[in-house]
Amino acid sequence: MTEEMKRKWLRSKFPIALLFLAPSLIGFTIFYLVPFIVGFYYSLMDSPTNGSFVGLDNYRQLLQSASFRKAASNTAIFTLTGVPLVMAISLGLALMLNRTLPLRNWLRAAYVMPLVVPVASIIVVWQLWFDMQGAINAIWTSWGNTPIDWMNTSWARAVVMLIYLWKTIGYNMILFLAGLQNIPDEYYEAASLDGAGPIRKFISITLVCLTPTNFFVLIMSIISSFKVFRETYLIAGDYPHESIYMLQHYMNNMFQALDYQKLTAASFLMASAIVIIVTILFRFERKFHMN
Amino acid sequence: MRILLSTTVLTVMLFVMAIIMLIPLYFTISNSFMTEAEIQFNYSTEGTADEYLHLKWIPDWVSLEQYKTLLFDRMQFLIMFWNSVLLVVPIVFGQAAVAVMAAFALSQFSFVGRDSLFFLYIITMLMPFQVTLVPNYLAMDWLGLLDSRLAIILPGIFSAFGVFLVRQFMIGIPRAYLEAAQMDGAGYWTIFTRIMIPMSRPGIAALTILVFIDYWNMVEQPLIFLHDAYLRPLSIYLAQINEGEFGLAFAAAVLYMLPMLFVFLYAENDLIEGIQLSGVKG
Repeated sequence: MTEEMKRKWLRSKFPIALLFLAPSLIGFTIFYLVPFIVGFYYSLMDSPTNGSFVGLDNYRQLLQSASFRKAASNTAIFTLTGVPLVMAISLGLALMLNRTLPLRNWLRAAYVMPLVVPVASIIVVWQLWFDMQGAINAIWTSWGNTPIDWMNTSWARAVVMLIYLWKTIGYNMILFLAGLQNIPDEYYEAASLDGAGPIRKFISITLVCLTPTNFFVLIMSIISSFKVFRETYLIAGDYPHESIYMLQHYMNNMFQALDYQKLTAASFLMASAIVIIVTILFRFERKFHMN
Repeated sequence: MRILLSTTVLTVMLFVMAIIMLIPLYFTISNSFMTEAEIQFNYSTEGTADEYLHLKWIPDWVSLEQYKTLLFDRMQFLIMFWNSVLLVVPIVFGQAAVAVMAAFALSQFSFVGRDSLFFLYIITMLMPFQVTLVPNYLAMDWLGLLDSRLAIILPGIFSAFGVFLVRQFMIGIPRAYLEAAQMDGAGYWTIFTRIMIPMSRPGIAALTILVFIDYWNMVEQPLIFLHDAYLRPLSIYLAQINEGEFGLAFAAAVLYMLPMLFVFLYAENDLIEGIQLSGVKG
């Protein structure tokens, strides 16, 4: 290809790309981008219809609200503990499955299965298990303990975490397995010749080579950590125990209460937190890619 | 790592974990074949304040009573099942079509602002539904789409998730294919339909399954946008089955799971391959 052709080709490409992007871009703008910007605008007004500009007043009120602070810290705690936990467990599983084992494909399918089970289908099971008079307490008390009201004490956090792990591990494990299979064996062989131990090899080869996978798994795990709200909501309703009262509960309840100011302000704060997290992740990923 | 654990111990461990993962599923299925009487007998703790309920793993009596009640006596069930289908099918196909085209542009072309646009898609994908709730609600109201399936279908079709997933997959397809085809005189549409789509088949399969799962599960959107109970999907009905009808809940849960289990068994390899390939490249 000559320079002239190449330049011409590059120039002619943009309209084509735009054509393919157009349907997505139009819908995305109408249903996501504009609503978000309008939402931000509302967060600065005292009412969505014929309101007047109040600046950061809604934000001040929001930050003073105890239930918002509770919800925000619960969401942050859940995501910050759940995501590393689910990643560590799924990586561990992937390492164990990354060899020839009897019925390996069967095992793999079993771990992915929870992903395809509808949330609503399995709610009855969780309710029967974690009720005050439920099956878990039947076992728990038979060991001589006093019963625990799992969903109405801070144990609820552990229950929600368990459901999150159950649901997310399989998907992540598949991603890690693929990442592991892409690491050439020679790396490990060379490291062995240099006298590197298993831990050293794991840190300097496995983890480093898994960077792109880690990035992807991280993003997907954050999404699912927000989605576990569905289970929480279906098990415990609008006002669950305060330890699992998430930002989504708060926003839903503000919506029901028609307090649009607090809701839009909370949305914007949550969105900002997500932007910051993703920016940091991107920086990290770029840095590793350079090396 | 290989020396630390012998294969036998490892296999046993992995099997035990796999069985634990499958317990909730097995439990639902086995209980769906019990009679209402058996369920009530086992799972009712009324009047016996300090008694705990004990799980019943195998029915005394395999019966299709629950399924019969659900399918023949509850019109509501079939209507809501159909509602789920009417919501999910257009979203799955719509999102796949829109996403594949956008992903083609985002993965095989370079243009100013491409990476920023992709960043925007990722951010949006991460936001929970509630973040744009108010403006979306007002917009749907303004468009007259409240209480219409379109209020859920349209945002579903344009969700950023599909674009992200297929883009991750397509970025792994070498650009040389596109250039070579172009040298042979193929137009962009030909390249798109004859090269990109066939080559991203597993990615598209994974996308359709994941989107299907996601929307088959939806809870928040119908609660907000569909006030008419006759339009609501089955996911809502299942959540609202009251305690007196636990038996029905199991059978309903199994019927609700069936489409997804079929899709999974039919396309398991595509799903797994699609998931794998989407995660390898950065």
